[in-house]
Amino acid sequence: MTGKGGAGKSTVAAALAVAAARRGLRAIVVEVATRDDVSRALGGEEALRDREVELAWGVHHTSVDPEAAMREYLLDQLPSRSLAALLGHSRTFAYLTAATPGMRELLTIGKVWELAQEDRRTAGAEPYDLVILDAPATGHGVAVLSAPRTFAQAARVGRVARQASRIDALVSDPERTAVVAVARPEEMPVNETLQLRRELRDAIGLPVSLAVVNRLLPSRLSAAEARALATHAAHVGGASSIAVDAALRRHRRAKAERAQLARLRRGLDCPVVSMRELLHPALDAHAIRTLSGELERVL
Amino acid sequence: MSPHERPSGGAGLATRLSGSRVVICAGSGGVGKTTTSAAIATGLAARGARVAVVTIDPARRLADALGLDELAGDPERVDPARFASAGLGLEGELWAMTLDPKRTFDELIERLAPDRRSREEVLSNRIYQQLSGAVAGSQEFTAVAKLYELNASGRFDVLVLDTPPSRNALDFLDAPDRLTGFLEGRALRMLLTPSGLAARVVGRGTGVVFGVLERLTGVDLLQDVSVFLRALGGLMEGFRERAEGVRRLLADPATTFLVVTSPEREPVEEAIFFREKLRESRMPFGGLIVNRVNRLDRGFEPLPDPEAVVAELGPELGAGLAAKVGRTYAEAVALAERDAAAIERLRRATGDEEPVLVPELDGDVHDVGGLLAVHGHLFPS
Repeated sequence: MTGKGGAGKSTVAAALAVAAARRGLRAIVVEVATRDDVSRALGGEEALRDREVELAWGVHHTSVDPEAAMREYLLDQLPSRSLAALLGHSRTFAYLTAATPGMRELLTIGKVWELAQEDRRTAGAEPYDLVILDAPATGHGVAVLSAPRTFAQAARVGRVARQASRIDALVSDPERTAVVAVARPEEMPVNETLQLRRELRDAIGLPVSLAVVNRLLPSRLSAAEARALATHAAHVGGASSIAVDAALRRHRRAKAERAQLARLRRGLDCPVVSMRELLHPALDAHAIRTLSGELERVL
Repeated sequence: MSPHERPSGGAGLATRLSGSRVVICAGSGGVGKTTTSAAIATGLAARGARVAVVTIDPARRLADALGLDELAGDPERVDPARFASAGLGLEGELWAMTLDPKRTFDELIERLAPDRRSREEVLSNRIYQQLSGAVAGSQEFTAVAKLYELNASGRFDVLVLDTPPSRNALDFLDAPDRLTGFLEGRALRMLLTPSGLAARVVGRGTGVVFGVLERLTGVDLLQDVSVFLRALGGLMEGFRERAEGVRRLLADPATTFLVVTSPEREPVEEAIFFREKLRESRMPFGGLIVNRVNRLDRGFEPLPDPEAVVAELGPELGAGLAAKVGRTYAEAVALAERDAAAIERLRRATGDEEPVLVPELDGDVHDVGGLLAVHGHLFPS
């Protein structure tokens, strides 16, 4: 799940998870450290870092912390717990991993890979049918998805190369990994989404599978009605003119948004779902339910 | 505050920014930071200053609108005719550039490398190539590096910086500290001894660490990392000084942070968080700019009730159209109320009693016309 901050990505991630759960799939939403928007939207407490918890409607949630993912990886890879602890507490090691560009991205996507395994490496953990990563902002989403390939190529041989290749095989396989772009119906987000499509294709050959256009204004007025209102606004004053002005402004914006939506549809070769603007954050739960129904319909 | 009361940013930005030499616009992505930064720079240039704005504008819409060359790694002067024809005279000079992180990073390496060999070693290193590209954090670092360089050059009266759309505004503030902290670390110094990974014989702990690492990673990756770090070591003094300078610049009283947000929930929370972070880091907070504010500002008191509007418009427009207007109007009122509440929350939480408010504008804000519209709200005449 990728898109600009504020585009409503977390709502869409939650809605997709709810749609999956309704089909009887075991789904988990993964957020990257320090964010717990999905957890809150689904009525959870502040996310428990690195713990998989069940929220409303049978949806699971976890928050990935790259440092914790590294500790988990070491425990899994090294022959003894004391060796893992030694490495985990080594300052040299901490600096080295912090300084290695792309390491955080690799650890994040590595955890996603682990969650998606039939045979979980985390002791006693159940497998998931669907893992939804609420990825950071658009450009960074590409960095996360392409990190395994970069590492596999840089390492060439050895364990990291093998493991990074396996992760890459999962995330660059269009049969198993789908990218969902979330955008508002405005010029810049549409540009970024079209750019994402190109970058993803160039980096790992993955298409955008679905786009969700969020917060679309309703279009209520026909062209004739808009003209009638404009005429009215030009001639009639009074208290109700404030309402006429508001209606005309929103009509103009709704039209501009539809032009952007059309541009997005032309530039992508995947389904594009649109979602109405909601006025109150309190309606998040309602939005999630509505959108999940809509997603079920197109998927 | 009722939603239709005309909110105002008091004297606008001109007063708030007087005496500032560096203006940094921070906030989450998608709130109009790029246009805001450019509009601030335009306003200051209109009032006589020689201003450079450094924007992060990957889609280059604004850069195109201002007629900037794609490849320039340095500010270019914006032709004042672009504004004059739209009715705004620039008494000073407006310069602008779009930041290209990869290019800025390469330039930095070229400048800091002690010799040709170490320069080539870094530039051709695969790990470096990753770092300077898309990896999170590199944009933040290059943005402050460019800022520092332009400030040191003394070419401009004021610098305006549009910060990268990082999900977490913290990354930006921490970039210099993280880099110096890392470079000053004892562990790194050990890694950077002339024999590079020969550090493994230095101490048992380190030796075991490298032994395990090699098994985990495969030697090649480790060598890339170590070559990168060693090469970086040659540049360390320059980096350290620079990061130190950046830290001083960010905390300088002539530097002002403006927090830019929209009235939506996530950006609002991010803005409040960032304000708090500025307080903790003792960085100068210059105020809030709230973009994309929905408001009904015709000054009717009280606002007419949607049902009354439908009743009044019905006879003339027909019941159907009047009802549509009523519904749309009710939504607009709800939005204005939501935004007014968000602004109230921002006021209380940030201590900025008079945030500068920019209404939701019709149409494209990424051209000169849009820039001037935003400018008009930031610098009311």
